This record gives sequence, C-alpha cells and structure tokens, in this order.
Amino acid sequence: MQIRPILSTLRHHKLTALLLTLQVAFTCAIVCNVVFMVAQRVQRISVPTGIAEDEVSAIHSTGIEKGENAQARQTADLAALRAVPGVRSAAAVSYSLPLDRSESSSGICPSKQALDRAMQLNTIEGSGCVEPAGYDGTPGLLATLGLHLVAGRDFLPDDYVSEGKPAVAIVTRALAQKMYPGQPALGQSMYDGDHFIRIVGIVDTLLRPAPRKPGLDGDSIIWPQRPEGPGVLYVLRSAPRDRQRVLGAAVAALLKANPNRIINPGQVQTYTEIRRAYFQRDTTMIGLLIASALGLLFVTALGIAGLANFWVQQRRRSIGIRRAIGATRSDILRYFQAENFLIVSAGVLLGTLLAVALNLLLMSHYELLRLPLWYLPVGALALWVLGQLSVLAPALRAAAVPPVVATRSV
Amino acid sequence: MFTYYFDLALRSLKRNKVLTALMVLAIAVGIGASMTTLTVMHLLSGDPLPGRSGHIYYPQVDATPAGYTKGGPLDMLDYRSAVDLWSARRADRQALIAGSDVKVSAPGSNQPPVMRPMLATTADFFPMFDVPFRYGSSWTTADDAARARVAVISASLNDRLFGGRNSVGRTLHLKDSDVRIVGVLDAWRPSPLFYDVRGGRFAQGQTAGFYGKPEDVFMPFFGALEVNAGNFWQFTCWGKVTTPGRLQNQPCVWVGLWVQLESASRAADYRAFIASYAREQKALGRFAETRVRMMHLMQWLDFNHVVPSDVKLQTWLAFAFLAICLFNTIGLLLAKFLRRGGEIGVRRALGASRRAVFAQCLVEAGVVGLVGGIGGWLLTLAGLWLVRRQPVEYADMAHLDLGMFGVTFALAIAASLLAGVLPALRASRVTPALQLKTL
Repeated sequence: MQIRPILSTLRHHKLTALLLTLQVAFTCAIVCNVVFMVAQRVQRISVPTGIAEDEVSAIHSTGIEKGENAQARQTADLAALRAVPGVRSAAAVSYSLPLDRSESSSGICPSKQALDRAMQLNTIEGSGCVEPAGYDGTPGLLATLGLHLVAGRDFLPDDYVSEGKPAVAIVTRALAQKMYPGQPALGQSMYDGDHFIRIVGIVDTLLRPAPRKPGLDGDSIIWPQRPEGPGVLYVLRSAPRDRQRVLGAAVAALLKANPNRIINPGQVQTYTEIRRAYFQRDTTMIGLLIASALGLLFVTALGIAGLANFWVQQRRRSIGIRRAIGATRSDILRYFQAENFLIVSAGVLLGTLLAVALNLLLMSHYELLRLPLWYLPVGALALWVLGQLSVLAPALRAAAVPPVVATRSV
Repeated sequence: MFTYYFDLALRSLKRNKVLTALMVLAIAVGIGASMTTLTVMHLLSGDPLPGRSGHIYYPQVDATPAGYTKGGPLDMLDYRSAVDLWSARRADRQALIAGSDVKVSAPGSNQPPVMRPMLATTADFFPMFDVPFRYGSSWTTADDAARARVAVISASLNDRLFGGRNSVGRTLHLKDSDVRIVGVLDAWRPSPLFYDVRGGRFAQGQTAGFYGKPEDVFMPFFGALEVNAGNFWQFTCWGKVTTPGRLQNQPCVWVGLWVQLESASRAADYRAFIASYAREQKALGRFAETRVRMMHLMQWLDFNHVVPSDVKLQTWLAFAFLAICLFNTIGLLLAKFLRRGGEIGVRRALGASRRAVFAQCLVEAGVVGLVGGIGGWLLTLAGLWLVRRQPVEYADMAHLDLGMFGVTFALAIAASLLAGVLPALRASRVTPALQLKTL
C-alpha cells in the first residue's frame, strides 16, 4: 500500500480534507471530555450511603396540635407503625436521612487544645477540628437504617435526651480516623466548645444528607437525641418488595392515630425514591451528555460518509482506469480506507491536543477534574473505528466500479 | 433575480435528495439543540423586573462577632438591624421579608389542611415589585404597624381553597389564628424568584431552586411573626439557638430588606445611611464590624450565580454540537457545489459574473438553512417539551416565545449562510475554460 499517491490526491482536495480533519478533531476533543463528565457523574451517583437502601422508607408528618405533647405523640405513632404488618422496625428522626438535603452540622474538636488552635487560626482548617453532619433519632435508629456497627455499642436507653446536649455519640469510621489518626477513637472525648462528648460506638459508613466533596462526605455523627419540633420523619424498615404496601398502611395508621396531622404525599417515599430525587439532576445530565456524544459521533460519521461518497463519484473515471491497468477491487477498497485513516489520524492528533485544552478550560469554569490521559488513546481508537465504518459503504461502491468505465467518456 | 436563484436552488437540492436531507438534518439537529438550551438560558438569565431592577437594592450590614465571616456581610440581616433600617424609612419604598411554612386551611372548605410557604413582608412589597392582583389589593402601612391579621394569597391557593372565586373578605386559618383575606394575586411567576435569592455562592452551581414559585400566603411582617412563631427559617446562626423558629432575639440572620431608590443620588444617600448605621452600632458595641454592602437587583443575582452551572454546560455543549453540524454542512456543500463545476462553468462562460455565481450558491445554502430552521423549530419545541417534563423548578416556564421563535430562524439561516460562504467562494472561482473542456 503506497501512501504517496493518496497524499498527492489529498493535496488536490486540501480544503475538504482540512474541514474533515477539523471536524474529527473537534469531535474527538468534545467526546473525550463529555465521556469523562459522564464517568464523573456516574461515580457521583453511585456513592454508598451506608444504610440498607432497598429496605428503608420514610414518611414526613407535621402539624402537632396546640398543647399536645410531642414526645407522647411520637411514642404512640411509633407503636402504631410497628404494628403495621411487614414493618420490621421503626424510628423517628427530626428530618435528616443521607441524601435528603436537610443537613445540620456544627463544629466539633478532638480535644480542647484543638479547639484553642482553631480559635487561634480563626479557621477550622488544619486545627484537627471538623464539621460533621449530625443525625438524631429515637432508640432503634441503627437497626432501622441497617447501619453496621464496627466497634463499641449502640446507645442505651439512659443515653437519650430530648432537650440539651447528649453526653455520648456514635461516629462514622471516616470521622473517627480523621479526628484521632493512628489511635483508637472509641472512648475518646470530643469537645464542642462547652461539652465533652464520649464516643461509644463507630459505624462503618454513613453519608451526609448533603454531600459536598469526597473527603468530607463520610463525616457524620449520630446523637442519642429524640426529635423535637413540630415536624418529624418516620423511618420504616421492611422487606424490599413490601415497601409500597407498608407505606400505604403506615400512612393510614398515622392518620388514624391523629387525623389532624399533615402528611405531604410528596414526602411519603421509599429510600430508592429519595436517592433518585437527589441525583435527578445528575441522571438527567448523564442522559443529555450521552445523547450529545452519540449525536456528535453520528454527525461526524455522516460527514465522513458524505464526503467519501462524493469523492468516489468524482473519481469514478480514475478508479476505472486504475482497475483497467491492473488494480484489484481490494486495492481500490484499501485505497479509500487508507485515505480515511490518514485524515482521521490527523484529526485525532489535533483532537487530543484540543481535548486537553478543553479540559483545562472546563476545569477553570466547572468542577471538573483533570482528564485521565488514557481517555485520549481510547477516544482516538473510537474515531478510527468510526471513520473506517463510515467509509466502508462508499469504499465498497468504489471497489465495484467496473474497469470498463475507463473506456467511456463520463 | 432572487426568485430565479431560489428556483435554481430548489432544483439543485432536489437532484441529490440524500445529500440535501443530510444537510437539513444536520442544521435542524444543531439548531434544535442550541435553541432549546438558549431558550432555557434566556428564561433563567433574564431580568425579573424589566425597567425597574436598576432601582431595587438589597442593603446588608454585618452583626456577626469579630472574625466570624471573611469578606462581606452575610446574605441576610439580623432582626434588629433589619427593623431599624426599615423603620428609618430612608428609601422611596422598603420591604422586610422572612420565610416560613405555615399550616393553612379555610373554614368551610372541605380541603384538608396543608403546609404552604408564607412570606412575612410589609405593605411596600407589592407596589415595589409590581405584583399583579386579581381581586382586592395589598394591605396598608397601618396594617403593618397594627400587626393586623390580614393576608394576601396566591392565585393557585385561591383556586385550591375557594375554587378561584373572589375570596376577599373570607377567613383563612393559619396555624392557630384566623386571618382575613384582603387580596388575591393574579398569575405571577418572576424568574428567578429574585427577592428570595440568597446563598448562591455556597450552592456549588445547583441553583435551580431560585426559580421556584412565589409563596402562597403573604402576611404583614410583624403579625406573621406572631401567627407562625416557631416556624421561621434562619439563613444561618453564629451561636446557640434557644428558641428555634422564633428568631427575634437569636444570634441569627434571617430577615431580608429590599429597598427602592429612584435615583443615583438617593442610592448614594442610602449607602451613606447604612454605613453610618453600622458605625453607630459599632460604637454602641452591638456590631464588631462596620462592613456594609448594597447591590442593585441584577448585581445581587449575578453575585449569587443564579444560572445553574448545569444549564450553562448544556448551552456550551449545544453550541459545540451546532459547530460540528456546521462543519459537516460546509463539507457537504463544498462537495455539492464543486460537483456542479461543469454547470457553473457554462454559466460563467455565458457571462455570469463571479458575484452572480456566489449569490446563487449562497441562496442555495440559505434555502437549506430555512428548511433546517423549520426542522430546528420543531426539534426545539420537542426539546422544550422534554425540559417541561423534568422535575426542575423552572420546568413550567420553558416555552418558546415569539422572540426566540424569530431567533431560531435567524440562527438557522445565519448558520447556513456562514457554512455556505466558503463553498460558494470556491464555486465562484471555477475557471470556465477548464470545466468546459471536460464536458
């Protein structure tokens, strides 16, 4: 296969060849970055929460009547919920579940010295202090959420308070390691500015209600604190397939216990729905990004095929002559394939540079990480395959040109 | 001449249907994608109060302890500063705002009670923001002072509770109190919900929430604080909150103040006023900082990065897509025109000028653009229909208005002409003699 005749032919079609090269280059740059964005978003939406996601459902209830005792109401409600067939356990929290956005966080330090250091620095960074997300709930919360206790114990009935600060807490493993690196966190006393809080248990994973960035998302703390205030979120655990039925029966049971409460139908959800709602934007974007990447590839394939078609028609006569003087069908076929390979290669070369440039541009405007370099050869390969596939039909048509064409005038 | 070229263009396009279809498709898809995102961008980045946004300001002072915040004041005011500034009445109009959810029912209506967002505000809110009324009107400044139990409700709440009839004078049950309805709003959907925009710089680009619907219940500020005590939302607090939802004496910022200042000199005076207020409060020992900030509405929206970053990304993506589609069209047009070298050679030999050939080719490109524009318009309608089905706050507003309809065709034709320039230029350079020889 000789490259030289192809190059000299392309020299006659500088402009069209250049256009095609640029199109391939831009497509390569954009598609590499789009695929990378999809990968990042997929990683984001598959973050583990640490709870038994397919067994948990939640109901938000509000509107305690004037003069009613909120604690007594909760206890009665929980008893009614536990009586619903299929409910394995139930707990009440004030509002927070992982990924439901309502987060309450406050600063906490591994020791009093760390707090002084933070005060001195006038920032939490570098002091050892952290800002974990706080979860509260009634007894039985760990079992209801299906949290995995890796050290220590669950709360005892005496640990619970309704008002004021509890004296003990359970933290996540990520938080424990961050606050007490290289030493056992269990039994340590954290300091929040005016109270010492002892760590009595460590759970494996518990994601924040509103994740920010990977390094901070696992920092959660559970307080033995019963929810107070007019609204409360009831959390139920049941077999995955029972969840819809259990939710319906639970709402009925709650309304029977107190018909004046307000249950917003939008806040009667299985955890799967809560998670889906949280990542709705990301799933939409993933869909859009994939659609646009496919669209781009399709348009580029059309462009390649369209131009190749045109070139074949234009060169019918010269193909005929080549065939007449001895070129085989596969020679002609390979000629067009090689030509396409050359153009796509030039485009890909330029495209990888553009991809890196585009990535740098996106990094400065959006929260995008650096494009891993292995995306580039994969992108190049994809475009080579695409180019060969789209040139195949016109090239086959060229190969089918009979030698007799050479003897006819157009 | 133009009609003749138009006729020629149609004939030429009919000759190679597949190639024409490819070009039209490319333009249509590119236009459809970019117009969908452009319409959403237009919707999200527009001026919510055209003509008056330049006179609306958001003054801020800083009541936090020393060293608590870096940079400027927090996004809202503490109760005392807000009420002090408001009662001074130094602006042409001034309105306090604070948000909460309230339990709403109507005696005599068979609807169960619901939680609805309520805005506690003052009488100037309605004229200042040009809020349209369907029935009744706003309350008066006297009602503000008297902590009157009156309310203005949204059209949708009126539809739900009173079947859309004139409910002025009827009673609304809010939490544990009865209030009298004095006004019902007409359809009102500012985009974004500008007076509730705050905290955007902490939202990491997820700002679709700024485009929600206005509150369903509006009540005089001080009356509302009593009626719905315990449910008010704070923006943030710098100390322990002892009475959540009752924030008057708490170390929290939770009240917004909007003012209308009719001229630049009035605005300068007001700036001086809040600065002197901050100095005075520092002298009294209540403030640690004398920092103040006062932006006008559009600056404030910009400061809060109201347009969600996903939407911006989508717009860039769509235009990149359009660019690739254009590349495609350039290539295909080039192929098409050069193939007609013989025909063009004959025209040139018969006396057509280069300019005439160029014009003819551009008309052909324009026709492709026009047809592509129709396809693009249909695809834009489909795209916006998809946007409306998304569970985002601004979904219900995504419609193609007349202006954007015009932009669709302008963009399609401009894009195709742009794509046509290079191929037309090449076609007009065809040397007649050479082409005639090969015929």
